[in-house]
Order: sequence, then C-alpha cells, then structure tokens
Amino acid sequence: MNPIRITLAALAIICCAAGCVAPQTGSEPASIDAKAAAALSSSFTSASPEWQQRLVQDEVQKQCSAARGKLTGDLASAIVQSQQATLKYPEGGLMGDWKSGEKVAQSGVGLQFSDKPGTVPGGNCYACHQISKAEIAHGTIGPSLLGYGKLRGQSEAMQKYTYGKIYNAQAYMPCSLMPRFGHKGILNEQQMKDLTALLLDPASPVNQ
Amino acid sequence: MNKNIVAAAASLLLGAGGIALAQDASVEDSIAAYREMLADDNPAELWEIKGREFWSKKRGPKNASLEACNLGLGSGMVKGAFAQLPRYFADAGRVQDLEMRLVSCMIDLQGLSRAEAEKNHFSTDNDASDIEALVAWIASESKGAVIAVPQTHPKEKEAYAIGEKLFHFRTGPYDFACSTCHSTSGTRIRLQVLPNLTEPAEAKPIFATWPAYRVSQGTVRSMENRITDCLRQQRMPLADYGADVITDLTVYMGVQAAGGQMAAPGLKR
Ligand code: HEC
Ligand code: HEC
Repeated sequence: MNPIRITLAALAIICCAAGCVAPQTGSEPASIDAKAAAALSSSFTSASPEWQQRLVQDEVQKQCSAARGKLTGDLASAIVQSQQATLKYPEGGLMGDWKSGEKVAQSGVGLQFSDKPGTVPGGNCYACHQISKAEIAHGTIGPSLLGYGKLRGQSEAMQKYTYGKIYNAQAYMPCSLMPRFGHKGILNEQQMKDLTALLLDPASPVNQ
Repeated sequence: MNKNIVAAAASLLLGAGGIALAQDASVEDSIAAYREMLADDNPAELWEIKGREFWSKKRGPKNASLEACNLGLGSGMVKGAFAQLPRYFADAGRVQDLEMRLVSCMIDLQGLSRAEAEKNHFSTDNDASDIEALVAWIASESKGAVIAVPQTHPKEKEAYAIGEKLFHFRTGPYDFACSTCHSTSGTRIRLQVLPNLTEPAEAKPIFATWPAYRVSQGTVRSMENRITDCLRQQRMPLADYGADVITDLTVYMGVQAAGGQMAAPGLKR
C-alpha cells in the first residue's frame, strides 16, 4: 500500500469515529463500506463467535459484491484461476448413486440457525434448477438441467466438469449465484458424487 | 370474516407443498384467485382492531397510552405516518422503523423497560404480539398514502447508502446476498416468485403491502420479521430485533419504492 492510500484510509477511519459525514469524494465509498461492516457486526449480538464469522467476506465475495456480480476482464479471470486451484477430486471415480443424488438435490435443510444441531445439509438444487421432469416445484435462478447427461454424454471430462462445477461453481463462472458446495464444506464427497450421477447417469430420471 | 374460506384457501394453496400444481401459470392463478376471494376480507382486520385498542390503552409504570407517540408527523398523528417510515428521530438520535419507534414510545411514554416493550415482538403459537397488532393498525392508517421514505437528514441518506451496500453484500457459506434472490425479474425459488427489489416498479407493490397477514403462519408479520426470515435463508445468524442492518435494508427498499401507494396490511402466502 502506498503512503497516500494509507493516509486516506486513516482519515476515513477518523472521520467515521467522529460520526461526521464524508464529503462526496473518492473516500466516500470506503467509509460506507466501513459503516456497512460496523452495522453488520452490531446486528447479530446473540450469535456465537463461530456464527459471527459468516459476517466476514472472503476475497471472492468482496470482489463480486463490489462489482454487483458483473466482473469482467482480468479480475474475472483471476477469480476463475484462484477457484480452479481449490478443486479437489476424490480417488476412484466421480459417479455415485443417482437415487441418493436425487435426495440430496431435493433437500434444502442445513446451515440455518433454525436447523437442529447435527442436520446434514442438502444441496437444495431444485430451489434454483429444473432437474427431473417429475419435480415441477423447481426454481429458475439457474438454467434447466433436464436432459443434462443425455445432451452431453458421460465422458471423463464431462464427469470432471460436473463434479467440479458442484464443488466450486466459480471455478468456471466468476461471481456465479450458485453456492460453492465443496469449497465451502456444505456437501461431502459422497453427496457430490451422487449428484454427479444424478445429472449424468443414463438411468437417472434427468436423462429419460 | 369467514374462517372457513380462509382455511379452505390456505389448504388449497399450501396443500401437498404445492407439488400437485400442474404448471407455473396455475400456481400464479391460484394465488391470484385466493387474493381476489379475500380482497375485502383480509384476516389482518382483526389485528387492526386490536392494534387500535392497544394504542389507547394505558399501561406501564407511567400508566399512559401511546396516543402521544410521535411517529414522525407530530405527536399523536397516525394518518399517513407509516408511508414516511423509517426516518430520523432527533430524540432517539437515529433512523427508526415503525417497530423501533413504537418501542421508544413504550419506553419514554409508558415507562416500560426495553425488554418489556420488545416482548413477543414476533408472535408464536402460544404468545400473541402487541406489536404485530399495532403495526397492522398503524399501517392501515396509511392506506392510499404515497410512499415517501425521507432522504433529507444525513443519517437517512447514510442508512440508504449502507442498505444498498448490504443488499448486494455476498457472504456466509452460500455466498448469498439479498441480490442473489431479489435482483433478477421473473425468477423463482421452488414455486415462490421472487420480486426484483432493485427495480422500482417491482419494489413499489411489495413495500406497499408489508406488514401482511401470512396465510402459512396464520398471523400478521412485520417487515422486520420478513427481513429476519430472509437473513435466515441467507444462512446468516438470527438478527437482533431492530438491528441496524434491518433498518438500513428497509430504508433502501422504501426509497426504491418511492411514489408507490401504501396498501398494507397485505395478504401473503
Ligand atoms: C442459488 C441458486 C443455485 C443453487 C442452489 C444451485 N445452482 Fe447450479 N447454477 C446456478 C446458476 C445461476 C447457474 C448458471 C451460472 C453458472 O454456470 O454458474 C448454475 C449452473 C449449474 C450447472 C452448470 C450448467 C451448465 O450448463 O454447464 C450445474 C451442473 C449446476 N448448476 C448444478 C447444480 C447442482 C447439482 C446443485 C445442487 C447441489 C445446484 N446447481 C444448486 C444456481 C444455483
Ligand atoms: C435464498 C433466497 C433469498 C435471499 C438470499 C433473500 N430472500 Fe427475500 N425472499 C425469498 C423468498 C423465497 C421470499 C418469499 C416469496 C414468497 O413467499 O412468495 C422472499 C420474500 C421477500 C420479501 C417479501 C416479498 C413479497 O412478496 O412481499 C422481501 C421484502 C424480501 N424477501 C427481502 C429480502 C432482503 C432484504 C434480503 C436480504 C437480507 C432477502 N430478501 C434475501 C428469498 C430470498
């Protein structure tokens, strides 16, 4: 950091502490950022330190929020690169059991303060995607995945892409609205393998 | 009020988790039909009557009613006040939404402690909420008023700027922000239609209809309750009642909805 930026940052902090209103200059967004962070940290006082961690953004979240989800150019490629580096594939095959995968895709529980302790999180894929024909209560934030394996085949490359997409969607699409299920520890290896099978297995209802 | 119609429509809407419904169009139709059926018959009316009574009821160590409470337009002025909330209150030194304003008035005028004032702020099956009733009545007194959440005091402008930031603030294990679910028009989570709250045309009818009678919960719910529940879906911790983030997000949505016409209490799933 160069000295001028440090001074500006220090000024912004002093300014906030004094409760004064920042002038309409380049330093204003920084002070709103600081105030938003302060609002967050004062708003969930009953949360445990572990839950308080959720209020702190990681680097990708920071950049995608600042860009309002529309990152382009070098910043976008940098995210793809850093998120590619997070991908971890299990030994011995990526295709699990599609029937278990369907259950994971249906389940929306997990990681909410209202969940019973020990709840195994689901993937909640149907919240955002059409997946099988039978389930019409599906969301539309993500594209339809109906016929996914039928259209694309089951090659090793396709399995790797699909598992990787579920593991960390942003390894392929920076600032995707899709959660990074493996990277953030939401789903385990077996669940992600079962989902890969749900999407790719020729016997799965997705591909009928 | 025909309880049977409400119950029948509720089971129609919520039965089988909505899975039996054949197509998107029919889902929308059944909700529209349900609204029509109840248009002149919103169960929230019962809450409004109770709220009107609470407003005049003397209680607390000071044995006073809330009738002198200043909701922003002057002491005791209720008509149209809700359409201009949240706003900055000099006596509180901060921007307050209706619920936080009511809590301040209970403390100042009636002498209640904060804990007493905030008791049962969201009703449960066992405990009714005075605040839900008050909010229903006070909102009804703004029906037809134009939404004009003020942006004159520096703190009001700051609340908007922070609220806008927070709306797009992706965080937590799912990387979700409000904008994940509420910044694209025409999308759904499962079968629930998601309003694009960054679009004034869509923000107006939404902001205009909270608080609302929620059929799935059988009670009137406030905007604080709605936001607290969306924060839960966002995998955030339980927000404090009256948390800064809730006020800031409410200001953001209210300003987005400027010029809309209040029609609360609404009627929602
Ligand atoms: C919050 C919404 C959301 C959830 C939940 C979600 N997705 Fe997605 N998904 C998206 C969006 C948006 C895209 C398109 C952008 C992208 O490629 O990242 C997408 C893309 C995909 C793709 C790539 C499609 C293609 O054409 O290559 C796959 C595969 C996928 N999702 C699978 C899943 C699975 C499996 C789950 C459940 C574990 C899931 N998604 C949960 C929003 C979601
Ligand atoms: C994971 C998706 C998701 C996120 C994130 C989310 N919401 Fe929601 N929101 C919903 C759903 C689902 C509904 C209910 C729609 C229904 O019942 O028809 C809803 C409803 C609402 C409504 C009422 C809409 C109406 O029809 O009256 C408001 C206001 C709202 N959300 C605000 C927010 C705010 C503010 C945030 C950020 C703190 C947020 N939401 C985050 C999914 C989400």
